[in-house]
Amino acid sequence: MALDKPYTNVPGTIVFDAEQARLGYHLNMFCMSLLKAANRERFRASERAYLDEWPMSEEQKQAVIARDYNRMIALGGNIYFLAKIFATDGRSFQYAAALMTGMSQEAYARMMLDGGRPIEGNRYCDDADGGGAGRGEADG
Amino acid sequence: MAVARAAVRRMARITAGVTTSHVPAIGAALDAGKSRDAYWNPVFSGYDFSKRWIEAARPDVVILIYNDHATAFSLDVIPTFAIGCAENFNPADEGWGPRPVPVVRGHPQFASHIAQAVIQQDFDLTIVNRMDVDHGLTVPLSLLFGQPAAWPCRVVPLAVNVVQYPPPSGQRCYALGKAIRRAVESFDADLKVQIWGTGGMSHQLQGPRAGLINRDFDLAFMDRLVEDPELQARMPHIDYIREAGSEGIELVMWLVMRGALDAKVKEIHRFYHVPASNTAVGHLILENPRTAAPDRSQS
Repeated sequence: MALDKPYTNVPGTIVFDAEQARLGYHLNMFCMSLLKAANRERFRASERAYLDEWPMSEEQKQAVIARDYNRMIALGGNIYFLAKIFATDGRSFQYAAALMTGMSQEAYARMMLDGGRPIEGNRYCDDADGGGAGRGEADG
Repeated sequence: MAVARAAVRRMARITAGVTTSHVPAIGAALDAGKSRDAYWNPVFSGYDFSKRWIEAARPDVVILIYNDHATAFSLDVIPTFAIGCAENFNPADEGWGPRPVPVVRGHPQFASHIAQAVIQQDFDLTIVNRMDVDHGLTVPLSLLFGQPAAWPCRVVPLAVNVVQYPPPSGQRCYALGKAIRRAVESFDADLKVQIWGTGGMSHQLQGPRAGLINRDFDLAFMDRLVEDPELQARMPHIDYIREAGSEGIELVMWLVMRGALDAKVKEIHRFYHVPASNTAVGHLILENPRTAAPDRSQS
């Protein structure tokens, strides 16, 4: 019997469930290794060589090199693990969040000051008015 | 139970509950001396009352319900509930270097007692005797205590998995709070204990829906948590994810705090502000009317 996953019908959102965690195990554990300063140095020195030490898929490695966080999440990454990558880059959660929404950091910060992304139109993938966070926007 | 002797028996008691968001950027702003700049002052001002309140309340121990953010726990071991029984917990390096805050002093004897008494109430806690603590635990301490040379009380960290879905249900968290309360009250020492629930409020850090804030949900959640926690405890996970964002599900941790308090509580303080970086900040102080007042606790 399949598990009930009502959260697949939330726009612009991938819940890090058992299936995603299996898919992303090595990707996330690579991220975890960046908590050690020495590993951050080695990663910075040669990203490709460092990534090749991990049994990740080529697709996952390419997504890391491209800093394509939406792709990394689709491939099993979890944001709290992926945070180790943007921390290594000296970037903040707000920088990464803006990147994932396709907005400039300035526009994103302004949206937050204005009360954040509204819930109206952002509850279901098939919300009639679409909102600002349809899955399609990630690719745009 | 020696009810007749209860009046003279030394007993630990839960006097109050605190809830607060634990946004990492709040810690970074404080550490960088920016807490009174135009962006951050509205956030920190919401805690001015709380700092005075806790100075007077003087808890001996805080049981601090929080979540680890892929810091102490990777994907190798994922405990649903983990209680820290160590002497000390060091602030973790989360990739930006450790926060310049004091080492967190635990209470091994009390924590181990809680662990045993809670496991005997059918909650299978994981016992942790060594771990670093991340912003989930240290930011709430900073918000309530500011920047002291040493934290003024002991802390029992209780980590809840909210990273890999599913977190424990709201019902389970609420029931854990009740079990913790019974465990506290069976500890034979005159300890004033607070329980804090952290995380939330509405926020989403991932994907194209990042930046989601739902003020109406947050305010209604606080109302229900105070007035009708039994109802709030029944809310399914999907409602948190859909309405409060994928990371808003951290709010189930507030229910652990609420379960450990009386059915009727006194709301001492409430604060709500948008934004702190990506997140809505919510903060409550609730007192147990019978045990909070210092004069009555002496009887």
